[in-house]
Amino acid sequence: MPRSWATENKPHRFCPGCGHPLALKALGEAVDDLDIQGRVIFGCDIGCSLLAWDFFNLDSVQTHHGRTIPVMVGMKRARPGLICVAYMGDGGGYAIGAQHLVSAALRHEQITVLLANNSIYAMTGGQMAPTTLPGQKTETTPFGRDPEKTGRPTRGPEMARLLGGEGVYAARGTVANVRQLKNYVKKALRHQMEGRGFSFVEALSTCPTNWRTGAAETWEWVEKKMPAEFPLGEFGGDAPDGRASRPESVLREGGGEG
Amino acid sequence: MSNVKMVLAGEGGQGVQTVGEVLAEAAYNAGLEAMYLPNFGVEQRGGVSLAYVQVGEEPITAPKFRFADVVVALSHRSVARSARYVNDHTTLVYDSSGEEIDGGAVGQARRILGLPAVQVAREELSPRVFNMVILGAVWALAPAMPLQEVKRAVESHLGYKFAVQPELRELNFRAITRGRELVAARFGG
Amino acid sequence: MAITQQSPRPERVFWTGNEAVAWAAVAAGAEIMCGYPITPQNEIMHTWVRLAHQYGLDFLQTEDELSAGFATLGGVLAGKVAFTATAGPGTVLMQEPLSMAEMMRLPVVVVVCQRGGPSTGTVIYSQQEVMLACFGGNGEGLRVVYAPATHQELYDYTIKAFRVAWKYRFPTIVLSDGYQAKMREALTVYRVEDQVRGEAYVGRPGVPGVARPPAHLRNTYNLEEELYDLLANYTTAFQEIQPRVGEWQEEDWQGAELLVVAHGVVTRAARAAVRELRGEGYPVGYFRPVTLRPFPAEVLRRWASLGGTMLVVESAAGQLRRLVAEALAGYGFRLEGLLRPGVGITPEEIVAVARGLLAAN
Repeated sequence: MPRSWATENKPHRFCPGCGHPLALKALGEAVDDLDIQGRVIFGCDIGCSLLAWDFFNLDSVQTHHGRTIPVMVGMKRARPGLICVAYMGDGGGYAIGAQHLVSAALRHEQITVLLANNSIYAMTGGQMAPTTLPGQKTETTPFGRDPEKTGRPTRGPEMARLLGGEGVYAARGTVANVRQLKNYVKKALRHQMEGRGFSFVEALSTCPTNWRTGAAETWEWVEKKMPAEFPLGEFGGDAPDGRASRPESVLREGGGEG
Repeated sequence: MSNVKMVLAGEGGQGVQTVGEVLAEAAYNAGLEAMYLPNFGVEQRGGVSLAYVQVGEEPITAPKFRFADVVVALSHRSVARSARYVNDHTTLVYDSSGEEIDGGAVGQARRILGLPAVQVAREELSPRVFNMVILGAVWALAPAMPLQEVKRAVESHLGYKFAVQPELRELNFRAITRGRELVAARFGG
Repeated sequence: MAITQQSPRPERVFWTGNEAVAWAAVAAGAEIMCGYPITPQNEIMHTWVRLAHQYGLDFLQTEDELSAGFATLGGVLAGKVAFTATAGPGTVLMQEPLSMAEMMRLPVVVVVCQRGGPSTGTVIYSQQEVMLACFGGNGEGLRVVYAPATHQELYDYTIKAFRVAWKYRFPTIVLSDGYQAKMREALTVYRVEDQVRGEAYVGRPGVPGVARPPAHLRNTYNLEEELYDLLANYTTAFQEIQPRVGEWQEEDWQGAELLVVAHGVVTRAARAAVRELRGEGYPVGYFRPVTLRPFPAEVLRRWASLGGTMLVVESAAGQLRRLVAEALAGYGFRLEGLLRPGVGITPEEIVAVARGLLAAN
């Protein structure tokens, strides 16, 4: 267990098989490695990410749906010595709070966003998210997401890097590879600590509860299906051209219209 | 003497807000009670805008009032827009260089004062200082305040322009004096 | 960030209300403003950003009022004295951060410059944001709302708003309006010796979990009872501040058969009208809640218990009247309204309506 975790608040409140604890493990280990537990402020959103409000031995603030970014922006500007991390889901970052993500990237706000992409709204009971895969069945797309009607999945890190250019570090990892994810988070935190601008890491994550999948199918989904739509790797930072620098496990399987 | 209440109405760009703001500030500089309230729509340019100004020796109560002692209306639309503030105590000032104004809207006014402000500005000064001619006229109709305070208020609002074009200063001040003379000529001083 | 706190010297000035608010914020000790452009609030930002440059303070122009409000809360959480300003549709969006501030007892100051509504309405003036200021948001209206009437009061109460917010930890609103925002009149500005000091909610010294317990701040609760207990505490705390925070003004109300009630800039017309009527020998009085939240109900009740007619005058279709009616439910008096949503009210209009009511008595 990372040192920065609050052990007395474990076991955590997430469902069995949920990806959040793995993403939070990557964050916890990154904080430990960088030895910044006394400087990090952890902000979490609404959605399942809010269940992390007492997860760490970090000063933590749970805000509103989509509003964690502006809270951390205000905090960072008030006290630039703090290291501000905004943790949220895909709904918070790409739908209800998309304007804040876009503007934080454009303004090169010196905060780090860690976003769990599980392709669904989980806490509200399994509705379509901006990241829902084509063909994926949800409570609001019971016949599968139709890109003709509801568009293609949002690619956040690519967007942030495109918008913010050199001042943005953006990467996409996965809870299926916590070591790599931790490295991305560390790079993101360093980007903030060195005053280089906005940093953003998306973590592909799991939601067996709302996916209604068993263990094997859940891992199949996050290890193969999701990276086909959401390429893993870094965008910017080490890859100034803005493309993924080391696209790992790019398994193109098509849209999954079934 | 009770405070003088004024409504200045003009097309956006005619400069009535500057006139109202400068007059109120001059009155404040001169130690009088003063209030200026601008009133305009969403357009940054164009449309009729109104300025409410109250000046005098009594503390000012509400920012708006039912009837004005002086209404200055600088366009046809402005006359219609400000007619509601005219009663049988009101002095109505309009620019007489153009068409005559619609008598129906202003029939109640105590006196109607057509001033050839546009013409004077164009022929004797510069069309740009039309609103300073108007300022001079409303200064004449307001409670007494020294010219130097009017100049000081003009300076605080337009000083940045004078810094670039110093010759504008005298032009503006002459326009103010001419505006006052136009009123004096009508009322015999 | 080095923050040097300075305040203006005592001085007579001829300013707009928006200028007065921005200077008052500096005088009070505000350190950060976050804002989004909306008329008639803009000159608060314009003035603040110049003062901030001069005094080493901070300003952030955000992408919308949600962000302005939440970034302000971020500043407060970090321990800085922070504020925002908005109007109309922006006040609607501002309810979301205000609601979080209520739940987490964050001392945010919001200046609201009321404009005509609903919707885009006008950019000019109204008193139609009373309900939004007092009770907007999903919650119980645990806010302090000041309704100043003059530029002097805008200056005084903006300073007071910061003080009260940080003392009692309730979000505090200065309810201005488009007239007060844009008009110019004289006021005296002054230095504040004991400026408001912020206090950090997060990022205090020491490693959390090692040297001290971590701050775990939330606004979400799992159980009905958990929330109920919390709100019972909050509402009690809010009731307890009422005698200290609640403010009002009255004139000639003892024995008045007709009481003219107004708030904000309209009180100027109401007071002028009452003086005029009084001069003519009419039994008329004037009452003004300076705080709309907490509402000074007890004082009004003393008058209402004697009976009579109350004339509520406001540039809205009955928002103040609703507050009055609620405060005085069960008292035997006649409640009338001179209600002019979105337009200014003159002393002459009030005199005419009051005369009519007195004649009918």
